[in-house]
Order: sequence, then C-alpha cells, then structure tokens
Amino acid sequence: MVNLRELSKNPVRITGGHRLCAGCGAGIVARQTLVAAGNALVVVVNATGCLEVSTTIFPYSAWESPYFHSAFENAAATCSGVEAAYRSLKFQGKVKEDIKFITFGGDGGTYDIGLQSLSGAMERGHKMLYICYNNEAYMNTGIQRSGATPKWAHTTTAPAGKKSQGKVQNKKDLTQIMIAHDIPYVAQSYVGNWNDFMTKVQKALAVNGPSFINVLTPCRLGWGYKPEYTMKVARLAVETCMWPSYEVEDGVYKINVEPKAKKPVTEFLKLQARFKHLFKPDNAYILEEIQGNVDKKWAFLQNRAKSAFGA
Amino acid sequence: MIKSMYSKGSLVAKTGNEIMAEALRQIEPDVVAAYPITPATEIVQIFSQFVADGVVKSEYVAVESEHSAMSATIAASAAGARAATSTSSQGLCLMWEMLYIASGLRLPIVMAEVNRAISAPININADHSDTMGARDTGWIQIYSEDSQEAYDNMIQATKIAEKAKLPTLVAMDGFITSHCMEVVEAYSDTDVKAFVGEYKPERYLLDVKNPYTLGSIDLQDYYFEHRYQLAQAMRDAKSIILDVAEEFKRTFWREYGFYEKYMLDDAEVAIVVIGSTAGNVKVVVKELREKGVKAGLLKIRVYRPFPKEQIAKDLAHVKAVAVIDRSDSCSGAFPPLYCDVVTSLYSAGILNPKILSYIYGIGGREFCGEQIIKVYETLGKVAFGLEKPSGEVEYINVRIK
Repeated sequence: MVNLRELSKNPVRITGGHRLCAGCGAGIVARQTLVAAGNALVVVVNATGCLEVSTTIFPYSAWESPYFHSAFENAAATCSGVEAAYRSLKFQGKVKEDIKFITFGGDGGTYDIGLQSLSGAMERGHKMLYICYNNEAYMNTGIQRSGATPKWAHTTTAPAGKKSQGKVQNKKDLTQIMIAHDIPYVAQSYVGNWNDFMTKVQKALAVNGPSFINVLTPCRLGWGYKPEYTMKVARLAVETCMWPSYEVEDGVYKINVEPKAKKPVTEFLKLQARFKHLFKPDNAYILEEIQGNVDKKWAFLQNRAKSAFGA
Repeated sequence: MIKSMYSKGSLVAKTGNEIMAEALRQIEPDVVAAYPITPATEIVQIFSQFVADGVVKSEYVAVESEHSAMSATIAASAAGARAATSTSSQGLCLMWEMLYIASGLRLPIVMAEVNRAISAPININADHSDTMGARDTGWIQIYSEDSQEAYDNMIQATKIAEKAKLPTLVAMDGFITSHCMEVVEAYSDTDVKAFVGEYKPERYLLDVKNPYTLGSIDLQDYYFEHRYQLAQAMRDAKSIILDVAEEFKRTFWREYGFYEKYMLDDAEVAIVVIGSTAGNVKVVVKELREKGVKAGLLKIRVYRPFPKEQIAKDLAHVKAVAVIDRSDSCSGAFPPLYCDVVTSLYSAGILNPKILSYIYGIGGREFCGEQIIKVYETLGKVAFGLEKPSGEVEYINVRIK
C-alpha cells in the first residue's frame, strides 16, 4: 500500500494548465501515475486521444518527463521501440540512468485499433507499464462506441433510438485478454481510489517485464454526469461490481476492493445520461439483464480469486 | 555508377539481400525493428542472425506488423538510437501512416526497401508501385541498379539521413536484384564504420535530464511552418546528397550523383529509367551506338528530392526522350516519373525535347532487348519528325483485349 505522507514528497510531473475538461478522469490517472512513479526516471508514451491533444498543444506541454506521441493505434509498439533503444544504448554505456517506460492509451486506442500493437508488445516482453485509461467510448472524437462500451449504453454511433436501446453487444474483457498473455502483472483499477490505483502503479513498475493496468476513467461529457461526480461514479462502478478492482500477479488473482454490501447496478447507471433510456418502464428487462450479467461476472471473478488461493 | 580502376575493398559474391544485410551489419544500427515480407525478408533474417551471434550490438525487435515495425523504428530513433528497418510492397503500404510521421518528426531512419508489386491481384515480383506511392511522404528515395549500388547507397543513406534529419529509403528491384547473385566489392568494416561515423542526436527522449515533448498537436498557428520546413529540408538535402557522394568517392573510389548519364551528352534519343532495367537499356544503347545511333540513357538514382534543375539541363539537347515508368498512376495525367521529368523541363523553359511515356514491367513482366530497341526506334522516328507522339501513355508487352 502506498503512503500518503511519502507520496506527498514525490514530484508531480504533469503540470496544471492543460486543456482537459473539468472533472476529467484521464488527467487524474496521468497525475497519479507519475506521482506513484516517485523519483524514478520515466519516459511517457501516449496514444492519440484526449490526454494527448489536451496536454501537448504546441508550443506548450504539460509533461515534465520525456514524452512521445506518434499515432493512435501504435502506442505499445512505440514504447517497444523506445525501450529497445534504451536496452541497446544502456548496453553500450551510452545511457547511464535506470529508466522506466509508461504508455497511456484510451480504450479506443487499446481495446480496438491498438489491440494488435499491445498484444505484440506484451508477447515480446518489453519492460513497460501500459495504462489504459478506459472511459468506455471514443471520447476525443465525440463519444462513439468502442469495444469497451458496455452493452445498452448510448453513444453517438450506437445511439438509443426509437427501435434501438443503445449498444447491442457486450464489452470486450480486455483485462482477461491481457491476463492470457501471461505477463507478470495485470490489474483493473478505477479513478476515485488513489490508494488502489497508485499501489498498483508501483507494483506494475516494479515487475521485471510488461505490466498492464485497465483503469476505469469516467468521462463527464460522454457519460453525462455532473463534473464533480467523477470519483463518485467510478466508486459506484466498483461498489456495484460492474467494474471490479482486482489484480493478477504471476497468475494469482486477488480482488483488491471487495464491496461490503454489493449495491444494485441501477445505483451506478442512474447517475449517467448514457443509461437514461434504460429507466423507461419498457426497458425494465434490460436493467435486469445488466444486473444478471454483473452477478455472473462477479461470481466468476470471486471463484478465480478463491481458487487462486487454493480454497 | 562509375567503376574505379583500382578496387578499394574485396570482391564477394552476394545477392542484393545478402549485401544489404552486410551493409546493415557494418552500419550497426542500435535498433532494427522489422517484419518478414517477400522478397525483403532475407535482409532482416540475416541481420537477426548477426544479433543472435553477437556480431552486432543492435537490438532486433521482431514486431507483429509493418505498422509496428515503422512505429518502433520511429520511436527508437526518437529515443536517440540509430534505427533501421526493411520492407517491401504490402509492408510499405501498411507503414503508410507512419512514413509521414517519420519525416514529420525529422527522424533519420534508414530503410532497405525491395521493390515489389502491390495487391490486388497479389504478386511478389518487381515493379515500383510500392515506393512510387510513397514519393510524397517526405522520405529521401535512392534507387539501385544492382547489388553494388544497393550496398553503396545504404552506406551513404545513413550519412545522408543523419545530416539532413530526414528518413531515407534505399530501393532495389525485387528478385532481379534482391535474389540475384552478383560480384560486389565490399569494403572493410573499419572503412564503413569510419565513413558512417557515430550517431549523435541533438535531442532525444532518453536524454532524461533534458526532458522534452515530441509529437505534439500542432495546429493552424505552427503546423504550416513545420511542414514547410520539411519540404525545404528535402530541397536542401540535394547538396547533402552530393557532398556525401563526394566523400564516398574519396573514400571508396566509386562515383555517384543524382543520376547516372550513360552516353547521354551527345544523345539524340534517350530513355529515362529507374532501377535494374537500366542494365538492359545500357546493353541496347551500346549496340545502337555501334550502329551509329546516338542513343543515351539517364538512370535515376535519387528520385526524392527530385533533381529537376540538373535533369532539365542534361536532357535539354535530346531530340526525343522516353520516360519509362515501372508503376501506373491509374489515370493521373501520366505516370509519376514522366510527370517529374516533363515538369522539370517545362518549368525550366525547355520545350524542345519530345517526351514519350511508357509503362513496362508491372508485376515482374519481362522487358527485354527487343522491346527496348522498339522504344528507341519510335524515339528515332519522333526525333526526326517521321512520327508524331501519341500523347498517351503506351503500355509495353501487355495483352490489351
């Protein structure tokens, strides 16, 4: 567990003044990641997306660490190249410092267009931490559905309409896909629990190999809630078990935040405009379906965590 | 390429791919990231053996696609490494997006490109459709007639790229050059390493004590200047290319320029061509000269930046010129090389030469002596007013209907 007193001494290597929205979760993720990294020297690689366009408007930059962006679908391959250069130059004695590598990508750049690049980089074992700041849609281009968008959510390319109730497909379980890569550390976390997230960042940076954190990052614009609710909404995702906080260290599962009393999914859904249409009387069956699916997934995860401990 | 009287290196029998891998071994990039594709695969296959045997200190990144190959190469270069890759055809197509980023970020990457037709239909043989499609990406493009040139060009490309801060590709024809065994004069490791020198980037990501942001969003208030600077850097690269060639000549006793003139100075009819076909054309030119025909050849080596002023000057006296392209523009006014040659002459106010357009050798279709002679025959008729140019692109050796 991280210690707030210790963390407060760490440098903050992303400055204010960037153009992310009020209440944006992505800025919190970036800031907490770099604070958790402490005094370690890091190079940051970023996929195209909100975080990138809002923090690097030329000639300004919010980043006090070396920062590189080249395109949308290639953040992991890009970090591979930086890390390979590091290994070569370190071996040759041309770079002396110990450096860590952190990649940020949104869910579009990670679940969808960047999945191949991510999978390749993880399989090759590049020593990097890949953080997916997952806001469950293409927010930078205006809230289009992605592979991370939950079933029944309204987005601009899978809208709720007279005949449709939003996205008709399930979201992809990317965390499980990453676990299947047998990398040393995979975790899910969320904005709104700095201790959970920053502890995971430190663990992930400490492993000898690739690591991946999928962090649920509410988008006030895309999800349609009040800017001051970012933390609250993300916490409700965990308290309802819609987005469990768990980690897999060398194949061993651990649920990090076990809700004391599992709240109904409607507690999470009702705060957000993207799920508003589900509260029409005719759509009661959808709410039941969502609850059923969440229960099933949660039971699966609990089972995994139990069996991993040999219960 | 003009052969010297005395050889500087030692003679070896190598295919184009083998000698390209040899050049990379001698250059010893810090990072090579690549993906297999016919007919270029061998280059990185041989190179990865060098890595496996500890012959080079390079990191080899066996990426999962060419898009990632170019992405990782770009990133390695941005990180401060000397970085190289190799590809062909579909691989270059998949790199497309990243080609612009490599040049836009002014990264001195070198790429060994083996020219191959592009799908569909799928075809693995030589034509220039792949690199011609990349002609406006801000990459320096240097083409090779044979293995010797591929080797010499690669050594020079490393230096050119780093001086010009521009990515540079060296192309050779698929199978014809890449797989054909030829005698090549290879130079000593010491000489090549001394010529190429150590790479010292000005700013790089791994210089963590001087952090900087690379790859910013760059909007209407700066973007135009940055793109202008890229285009200007390409124009400025011309003198760098000639300087490097001059140094190469002093070091290795072989002479290179933007292009090779073969019996061109007093020619009345001439062909302009790129790549291995120049060898066949030279044979025909020689034969025609023996018969008293004033035939000549201009073989393009540097296609980007295009040496327009020099070409206009060197073709001004020719009565009839055939520009033979190994790629099609699918209904652009004319194919790419033709457009570059004609606009070079026109913009220099040189309107005398009659210039014909041909397309040949698509997907590895044979283009042999008889057909070359036929082109010269037509040129002769046009030069002396016996025939009028058709005004259309002519396709050589293709079944039409």
